[in-house]
Amino acid sequence: MATVEEKAGSGDKRVSEGTLRDFFREMLLIRRFEEKVEERFRAGELPGFLHVAIGQEAIATGVCAALAREDVIASTHRAHGHTIAKGTHVNAVMAELYGKTEGCSGGYGGSMHLYDVEVGNLGANAVVAGGIPGIVGAALAFQLRGEKRVAVAFFGDGATNTGTFHESLNLAQLWKVPAVFVLENNGWAESTPNTQHSPLPIDELGKRAAAFGMKLIEADGQDVEAVHLATLAARDHALSGKGPVLLHLRTYRLTGHFVGDPQVYRDKDELKRERETKDPIELLRARLELSDEDFEALDAEITAEVEASVEFAKAGTDPAPEDALKHVYA
Amino acid sequence: MPELTYREAVRDALARALREDDGVFLMGEDIAEMGGSMAVTQGLLEEFGPQRIRNTPISEMAIVGSGIGAALQGMRPVVEIMYEDFLTLSMEQLVNQAAKHRTMSGGQLKVPLTVRTQGGAGWSPGAQHAQQLEAWFVHVPGLKVVFASTPEDVRGLLWSSIYDDNPVVFFEHRTLYPIKGEVPEELEPIPLGKARVHREGTDVTVVATGRLVHESLAAAEQAEADGISVEVVDPRTLLPLDEETIVESVKKTTRCVTAHEAVTRGGFGAELAAVIQHGAFDYLDAPIERVGSKFAPLPFAPVMEQHVVPHAADVLEAIKKTVARA
Repeated sequence: MATVEEKAGSGDKRVSEGTLRDFFREMLLIRRFEEKVEERFRAGELPGFLHVAIGQEAIATGVCAALAREDVIASTHRAHGHTIAKGTHVNAVMAELYGKTEGCSGGYGGSMHLYDVEVGNLGANAVVAGGIPGIVGAALAFQLRGEKRVAVAFFGDGATNTGTFHESLNLAQLWKVPAVFVLENNGWAESTPNTQHSPLPIDELGKRAAAFGMKLIEADGQDVEAVHLATLAARDHALSGKGPVLLHLRTYRLTGHFVGDPQVYRDKDELKRERETKDPIELLRARLELSDEDFEALDAEITAEVEASVEFAKAGTDPAPEDALKHVYA
Repeated sequence: MPELTYREAVRDALARALREDDGVFLMGEDIAEMGGSMAVTQGLLEEFGPQRIRNTPISEMAIVGSGIGAALQGMRPVVEIMYEDFLTLSMEQLVNQAAKHRTMSGGQLKVPLTVRTQGGAGWSPGAQHAQQLEAWFVHVPGLKVVFASTPEDVRGLLWSSIYDDNPVVFFEHRTLYPIKGEVPEELEPIPLGKARVHREGTDVTVVATGRLVHESLAAAEQAEADGISVEVVDPRTLLPLDEETIVESVKKTTRCVTAHEAVTRGGFGAELAAVIQHGAFDYLDAPIERVGSKFAPLPFAPVMEQHVVPHAADVLEAIKKTVARA
């Protein structure tokens, strides 16, 4: 777990610089991973299709660093960052994208179904909001057994319009289960902007918590320290027995919905502005006042790590075709 | 042997499982104080308390979905969907999540969830409270599907379903709740995937499920009077299916009728017919006859309802058709 200190005498919490540097490293790792899989996908090496989380790295890192190993998460179709941040090695994620048995789902899942149960990743979900009710049930199990663990669901603003979201948050609050619902609000439901998918202004989606009498915590999703502190507070609240939390994090998808999305629906100037002003990695880099030398050294190390994951994946084992039927039943 | 109603037998399996294992708990609409809309869970709240006998909001997606999540954490939830028509509201979680977690995770996860539900015509509920949708779920790899027709079977199969490590959709038939039958003092688990031969015969095999098991047994009695010897087989578990028992029976009798209350078209009888024609092709002396409901949403007026759903007379007619062929 990360180190949090109090500003002397102020009572305000902040994340130590050492921890922020660790966060920076992980966020950059996620970024370079995403860029690499985009490249390999375009080169035709990866089957299926991909959604990358460029722009949303601070959420993956800030949230998962606030969780204990035994806490569980359910992710979304945009899952690579969450998976890496929850503790799965990039080699295992990359191998999964290549469909190898060394992959974190043994080649059965792919980009949208990354699992790693040992580190508490209950799986990424390709159905919008599909993972949310399972998190309510996991939290219920923790509550029934008196375990001090939280269950965390990631989902986007698009998911808040589904019946699944509303049924799940209603039930979670009714039973006060130790869950945290992480709303990664990037303002887009695929290509549909919030103005066409939600009657609430985009920055006010957190108001939906009030419908359930649920605790709302909000933070800037581009500021990893803010995300981290908010998640710690949300986790504490969820464990206190007072009920779950809707953690509303405003973020920016600095890329298309899927790799290859021409984004004809998006204002190119606005996207350019967002890339210049909302990139969580650039924001943290400026704050840490990293010298170009330090940054480049770190970047080279991370780039090599990602490159090595590609080599690992390519050298991996193809599943036997007949193993397709191996895990249909327990 | 003591006698229990089908309803009491379901309750008995639930109570014993709840006593046996702290990981077992129940969730569903109106199952606590009210004891369920079919009175199946009556008395369980008093014995096991509100933590384990949990009333839920009317939220089928969240009921099944939270059951999945608890199952992933090693609990053995038994969730009740009041009418199987309402399973439609939970399909995403059942079909995309419960059935697929194990494969998608490469075998890391298991989902020991039981989804109990009930349905069936015969009391003028109209079109949205009596459908028989079991065939839908047989089409989904990763699910198991059970449909029990007697008190002894419903008890032993429910026990096995609760202790199975896979998601099981467990169908009960509303009109069977009051029927009585002998059950052993000690609960004997009945393995999933094992058919029961209710009645032996030599001329025709009737493979029937749910209420139609009883209609088929009545039809078999009437056929007997006409000199036709009928074997009645209940698969009990539709997925996995005991193909061997069914195929062997048809090889012996050389004729077959399938019978269920669900509509005939695309019904489980179609799957049975495919399995039988393949497994016993050289033995068949007549086309396989399928008995099921007529292809219509269930109408309300009793005379129309009775016209749509199949009865013993329909099974008897089908039996006679198969023996009429030389």
